Amino acid sequence: MRKRKLLFALFFYTVSTAIVAFWLIPFIITVFTSTKGLDEIMTSREIWRPPLAMETSAFRTAWVEGHMRTYFRNTFLIATPSVLGCMFVASLSAFALAFYRFRFSRAVLMLFVGGMLIPFQMLLIPVYRLSTHFGLYNTLAGVILFHVGFQIGFCTFFLRNFMVTIPYSLFESARMDGASHLAIYRKIVLPLSLPAMAALAILEFTWIWNDYLWGLVLLQSDHLKTVTLGLANMQGQYVTQYNVMAAGSLLAAAIPIGVFLIFNRFFIEGLTVGAVKG
Amino acid sequence: MITTRREWWVPWTFLALPLAMFAVWVIYPIFQTFAFSLTSWDGISPQARFEGLDNFVLLFQDRIFWISLANNLRWLVFFVLIPIPLGLAIALLFNASLPGNKLYKMLLFLPMTLSFVVIGQVWNWIYEPDHGALNAFLYAVGLGQWARAWLSDPRIVTYSLIMAAVWRQIPYIMILFLAGLKTIPPELVEAAWVDGAGPIQRFRYVILPCLRPALVIAVTVSVIDALRSFDIVYTMTGGGPHYSSSVLANHMYIESFHNYRMGYGSAIAVIQFLITFGFILVYLRKVLQEEIEH
Repeated sequence: MRKRKLLFALFFYTVSTAIVAFWLIPFIITVFTSTKGLDEIMTSREIWRPPLAMETSAFRTAWVEGHMRTYFRNTFLIATPSVLGCMFVASLSAFALAFYRFRFSRAVLMLFVGGMLIPFQMLLIPVYRLSTHFGLYNTLAGVILFHVGFQIGFCTFFLRNFMVTIPYSLFESARMDGASHLAIYRKIVLPLSLPAMAALAILEFTWIWNDYLWGLVLLQSDHLKTVTLGLANMQGQYVTQYNVMAAGSLLAAAIPIGVFLIFNRFFIEGLTVGAVKG
Repeated sequence: MITTRREWWVPWTFLALPLAMFAVWVIYPIFQTFAFSLTSWDGISPQARFEGLDNFVLLFQDRIFWISLANNLRWLVFFVLIPIPLGLAIALLFNASLPGNKLYKMLLFLPMTLSFVVIGQVWNWIYEPDHGALNAFLYAVGLGQWARAWLSDPRIVTYSLIMAAVWRQIPYIMILFLAGLKTIPPELVEAAWVDGAGPIQRFRYVILPCLRPALVIAVTVSVIDALRSFDIVYTMTGGGPHYSSSVLANHMYIESFHNYRMGYGSAIAVIQFLITFGFILVYLRKVLQEEIEH
């Protein structure tokens, strides 16, 4: 029996390490490429080789001349209010759908869930038109408003699923003590929902940070672009400077990776509820 | 969980703001897209001319539409057939309670934190025919005859794109199954073991049935995502070479925003929606089922 466990452990560690090593090859290549100097890129064209001499020049180029600095700022300015706005708005609908049984409540829930599953292409043109109509086109506010509006579906579903696990007796006894519905929402449900909201906020932040399509449609000026748009844009000028593109990619990925490494428990939690935020 | 007749307005008050925003940014746009699909709007003129179902007739004669549709079907098939079994296998492996399994899970998860633009960029380098990692590896292990122009050969470009997306999808599926595996009561597995069931039988008759809900979600979500894939295609090949890697989302975007045929683009979106609709219903039914069970 001992021997079988040992054999399995051996199998586990060998296979797992092989799988993970293989999986991370693209990452490793990117890190190698980003630390190469321009002359090395020009002479040794093999993209996957480790650098002969490591440099940080690529990062500096991507950050300043490549405008990553600006794109970073914009993406923060979009993602943070979007997440906060969405948390707030969705907590209202989640509360209503979790604690109250009323006619159409199921239909409303299905509406929110359905809304998060439709192809984005069904929204692309009208949202674009709406933004131009209300002067929101090519503004950060326009992107923020869209993200909040669209994410309500998933966020409501997610938060509601959590809120139904809060014992109804808490709600009941508060009502009997004369608490208003608003007070129950503010003082009981919201505080108790904070862990779920943290998990959701982290997931949403990453998703909005990585968004490409909506920035593409709703933003035009270079000084407003997000990191994903900026990175795609940089291809125009730096397409042969692999090191700069790699550095830009790592910069763009740094925040979501950092968030994941610090909050990974919340991340995994967030993904398994609702299971659509792929 | 009650609403008294007198306070019927309470939940609706809470729902007012969320529903209003959702209606403006999601619900109304859906109807608008249906409406636009019946016009020949170019996106700029203040007026749109009603064309009835002409756009759809045009679509069926559009070569690029059929190429895109075929590619979306390839996406659908391979985005399900590859990540689901592999994700399950890796989940089963990483589920072992051995020290360090958390690290493995975390490391494998990293691709999921990346935006598709980054993934596209990185895989561009892997697929580079002369200096990229894939061909270099093939030559190094003596399989040089398998080296290809991964992104410029029209016959395989879509599969190359799918693989890049699969690289990211498998970790996600793994997470879904890991969560599903956690819900399996260990006594059930032990009882089967005591009854003399071997590992394969335990898998087939105990673990797999318990994973059915996770499997349904995994398949449904993979299908829905396969049918709306855009970022990777647009940033890696733009649908090329010569539209051979085009997908409906890509075609729709180019027609709408590059060719200023927003009515036509809306029609493409509608087709996309209709294809996905069945799967959306499956997911909604699952959610409803779980609702009723609770």
